[in-house]
Amino acid sequence: MMEWLRRPWPDHRAERTLGAVSLFVFVVVVAMAVFVATKAWPIFQHNGLSWLSGGGDLESEINRMTVATTKPAAAVYHLRAWPLIYGTLLSTAFALVLGLTIAVLASVFIVELAPVRVSRVVIPMVRLLASVPSVIYGLIGILVLVPFVGQNLITTHERESVQNVIQLTGAGLAVTVVILTIMITPIMIALICEALASVPPSWREGAVALGLNPLRAVRAVTLKAIRPAIVAAAVLATARALGEAVMIQMVSGGKSFAPKPVDGVVFFFEPLRTLASAIIDYHDGIGSPALGASVYAWALLLLFSAFALSVTGYLVKLPLRKYQTRG
Amino acid sequence: MSTYSPEAQQSGSVPGAPSGRGSSGRGRRSSPMSWRWGDRVALAAAWGAGIGLCVIAAAIVLYMGYRGIQYLRPGLIFTHPRVSESGADSGGFLDPLIGTIVLTVIGIALALPLALASAVWVAEYGRPSWLARVVESSIEIVAGTPDIVIAIFGLAIFQLSLFAPFSFTSQGGGVYGNSFIAAGAMMSLLALPPVYAATRDGLQAVPGHMREAAFALGKTRITTIRRVLLPSVRSNIATGVTLGISRIIGSTAIVLILLGATLRIETQGSVPGIDLLRGTGSSLTTYIYDNSPAGEGGAPQKAYAAAFLLLVFVLLLNLLVDRIGRAQASSTGMTPIGAVV
Repeated sequence: MMEWLRRPWPDHRAERTLGAVSLFVFVVVVAMAVFVATKAWPIFQHNGLSWLSGGGDLESEINRMTVATTKPAAAVYHLRAWPLIYGTLLSTAFALVLGLTIAVLASVFIVELAPVRVSRVVIPMVRLLASVPSVIYGLIGILVLVPFVGQNLITTHERESVQNVIQLTGAGLAVTVVILTIMITPIMIALICEALASVPPSWREGAVALGLNPLRAVRAVTLKAIRPAIVAAAVLATARALGEAVMIQMVSGGKSFAPKPVDGVVFFFEPLRTLASAIIDYHDGIGSPALGASVYAWALLLLFSAFALSVTGYLVKLPLRKYQTRG
Repeated sequence: MSTYSPEAQQSGSVPGAPSGRGSSGRGRRSSPMSWRWGDRVALAAAWGAGIGLCVIAAAIVLYMGYRGIQYLRPGLIFTHPRVSESGADSGGFLDPLIGTIVLTVIGIALALPLALASAVWVAEYGRPSWLARVVESSIEIVAGTPDIVIAIFGLAIFQLSLFAPFSFTSQGGGVYGNSFIAAGAMMSLLALPPVYAATRDGLQAVPGHMREAAFALGKTRITTIRRVLLPSVRSNIATGVTLGISRIIGSTAIVLILLGATLRIETQGSVPGIDLLRGTGSSLTTYIYDNSPAGEGGAPQKAYAAAFLLLVFVLLLNLLVDRIGRAQASSTGMTPIGAVV
């Protein structure tokens, strides 16, 4: 046996073995979809697509699930997940808009504007931001930013205006969005910088020769050329923001409350809960059938979004290949 | 993925370079002071964004460093954690530290062969091409899946009675699905994409004449791969593994859900070695989480100390990636692989 292993393998056997091992990842992906979907099935069976809609009181629905017996009645499965979906979309959208603006500006700065000596400092710093673990961001958020916002930015008047509904502690949309932005911006900067650097300098030089100032040349020529890369970066960052769980769980206030834009400034201080942070909150109750099924359903929705974003990212990057610039 | 290299840009015109000839106002190179307002604001915003991010990064490191020096004592690293009401006598974080190391070892041990086999097969064989495309897309999907979803998937898998030997079982016969094996196996999914990408990029960058030279000597493909190609992409593999390690040690959700997040390492069973793998424990990340106001511990000083240690590890790994990339660039003249993500 050992002798058979030690001898050099013929090529065809090596090829088939390696191929079989490679396919294992595909099996894992399929298993992931199948398992999570199967476990989530009871929720969809009882709620249908109105699961996605709003109108229910999420916390009391979940409480009902927690105390239910091992064979819950059909009514226990009733759940309206919209507050979680809304919270996820809200935090992601704000962070994406903010982050994309900063990322484009910073990338232009790094590649086109900054003197080499400056960009040599900026690049490792940005890379550092990308590699800080999310729990450290969460820790800084909950111990530094949340108390700061709670003590300095929220006025007594604002606190009193909503005190019958929620407590404003500082943990909420604003802190969540700020930290989420810091987390996803470096990812976008990496991709956008790479694309910027791959644009032939002569294109921009041509525009400068025609009389544009350097910044306009960058905007008119370089940024236009890398539009697909910018979209791809945004897609990747969205995937990251949707799935961020621990940091958001720590700083978002942990209330299944949907922040209301009509509340004015208070809107930004209202607590929220996202799909991912709800999984962290309720994973202990996964043993109870109804709650377990809803946790898997949230995970399924996240998995589905991640899959859709992967496909989008692939499609968006297609035109880049045409120009043979790597994105 | 190659790094963005500012040096490459220097071959182009530097924005501030004088154009030389022409003394009339129109022909001269414009200085920002003569630009339109919108452009000047955009210029300022670009500088602001770049410098601002630097300041934020520096602030995070300095603040964590300050807190770390304030609270981190060698005693914390070498004592076991204890359950206690007050933060003062709740012990240190030896167990979480060991937990992090064990998870990293399991994760990399599982991910490395898988990633190497996939990368070699896709880059060197890759037939039929649609199958290679399937493998590539699968790894891309795994890379894009949030770690919380991977954790939940792991729970679904390891709670099957088929996998009962890998974790522990309650009296009623329910399988908990929480163990070092379960968490480590899911960690390997986190480490897989970076190792795969780095190895594949490295293999694709190896010039074709190296393969041809080996074939001309009568070597088979697989021998060429083993004796020529894999040794020449060693530093790419090292970079990938380093990136994988930093993803593993930074992951909280998987540990929280799949390792039970018990304060101490609780072994299961009686076989030494195996009992640890079947047991539950915690990692630095969940230790931080539990001791922050979000968890139960409520000992922010210990959370700060552990977070500082974690940040130091991450910074060291970052530095290592840089070093490997630079060594490789200087020895082969190839662009270093230093993915930021």
